[in-house]
Amino acid sequence: MEIPFIYYLVISAVMFFAGVYGFIARKNMLAILISLELMLNAVDINFVVFNRYLYPHALEGFFFTLFAIGVAAAETAIAIAIIINIYRNIKNIQADKLNEMKN
Amino acid sequence: MNYSEFLGMGAELSLVVLIILLFLYDTFAPSKCGKYLPATAIILLTLQTLFICFGENTGKMLFGGMYISVGMTVVAKVVLNIGTILVFIQSVPWLKEDDVKIRRGEYYILSLITLLGMYIMMSSQNFLLFFLGLETASLPMTVLVAFEKYRKNSYEAATKYLFYAIFSSALMLLGLSYIYGAGGTLYYDMLCLTMQISPMMIVGLVLFIAGMGFKLSLVPFHLWTADVYQGAPTTVTAYLSVISKGAAAFALMVALVTVFYPLQEIWSWTLYAIIILTITIGNLFAIRQQNIKRFLAFSSISQAGYIMLGIMSANAYGATSLLYYILIYIFSNIAAFTVAGVIERKSGKLCIDDYNGLYKTNPKLSVVMMLAMFSLGGIPPFAGFFSKFFIFYAAVGEGYYVLVLIALLNTIISLYYYLLVVKAMFLKDNDNPIAPIRSDNYTRTALVLTVAGVILIGLVSAIYDSIFDVVSLAF
Repeated sequence: MEIPFIYYLVISAVMFFAGVYGFIARKNMLAILISLELMLNAVDINFVVFNRYLYPHALEGFFFTLFAIGVAAAETAIAIAIIINIYRNIKNIQADKLNEMKN
Repeated sequence: MNYSEFLGMGAELSLVVLIILLFLYDTFAPSKCGKYLPATAIILLTLQTLFICFGENTGKMLFGGMYISVGMTVVAKVVLNIGTILVFIQSVPWLKEDDVKIRRGEYYILSLITLLGMYIMMSSQNFLLFFLGLETASLPMTVLVAFEKYRKNSYEAATKYLFYAIFSSALMLLGLSYIYGAGGTLYYDMLCLTMQISPMMIVGLVLFIAGMGFKLSLVPFHLWTADVYQGAPTTVTAYLSVISKGAAAFALMVALVTVFYPLQEIWSWTLYAIIILTITIGNLFAIRQQNIKRFLAFSSISQAGYIMLGIMSANAYGATSLLYYILIYIFSNIAAFTVAGVIERKSGKLCIDDYNGLYKTNPKLSVVMMLAMFSLGGIPPFAGFFSKFFIFYAAVGEGYYVLVLIALLNTIISLYYYLLVVKAMFLKDNDNPIAPIRSDNYTRTALVLTVAGVILIGLVSAIYDSIFDVVSLAF
């Protein structure tokens, strides 16, 4: 029995909004980064599912997923570089410690 | 695969060559030649701008319709190049400081890679290429924001910018995945041909606008703007506020007008609400600001609202007035940021109250700042008036009377806070005003160029007409 394709979309929507929740609720910057990765990967599932079930004659969704994975890796690399720089400077990576700028 | 198609991307290819040349120069040139690097970068970029202006052959679809180069995109690229040249000129004194001197080459290379991403974003006719261009534009930008890596504000701003940038890309990607699911393709022209109004498509459209709204700092998505603008180095803020905003506005217009033309009723109402919120809230928060960079950040939020008015009309007049507005906004905003940067570098002062009595000690800088403020506010003989005039004209032409009325009322509010800065400089007294500042030649050049732009671009009507001639071919 094949799994109906709407189930995949539900999974990906749940993943995406779990990521949104983590982005808002977490204080540790690495946890925020993980939440963002969760969001990006949820979108990748969407693309693959649409391509596989609805438009199997072309490969656009698969290609988009591959590129999106690459871009996500680049984003992570830059984010971790910045987080390491912050750790070197203030020995802390809690997001609420970064509140110097106010009116 | 036919590699000769790459030769059709003249603008991008010449920019890549330029980046490689600068990289080689920065890496291998003997250290005593290092001081010529800024001049080399500026001259090469000017030559490349002239090459795009006159050498680019347009009207081609490349890579199976993924990439297009028409007159309109060429004009947009030239406008962005002019802005980048101005930013490069005014950034030279900053790059001589000890903290950043050693990484000077990286500044040019990263800025130009951002520019390359914006080129691709504006020329793309496919959402995959669009996404890649957008990310190429926003990732090096994060590194630029974090450029002064030992200054706390700089990395705080970089963190905020990066997390918001990834968050907005994720939202936009979700939107694109729904657009793909509903439309079955990612090519602009195919999507437009087979467009059927379905709930999934509308959700995709709204998420797409939200993602672009983050990049443009439109109002429900503007929360990062003030902090990032304040924390980033002043030259980077200037680049961020004009160039990347202009490119995102243009790309959003192309996507909305070509892909979502059948859904115009839906996105025009979405934008209607966003524009009113953006202009009003940007203005109201700008009144309260004391820090000049935060002040300019909120002013740039409300200016983004005016730029969106050009998208509303979705015709040649709208596109022309959008490009024209971006051009003039580049000149006025870079003038303001240059003055703010000079004063910050020489005296360390960023508060508007510190500008009290600036006219007594630094008359030339205050006059430049005044002209920039007049132009941003839209006072008649200066360029900002004409850009606002044309953008209102385009919107009224499509019947958005109430929207233009609200925008006009907001212009009055914005005049109040722009004139507060002028009042501080010219009318208020100060016991210890900022000491007289001697600028170097690069800063002077940047100031003279921006002032010339602010005064002349509005008066020389040939500029608007020639942009219109080129743009109207595309509609």
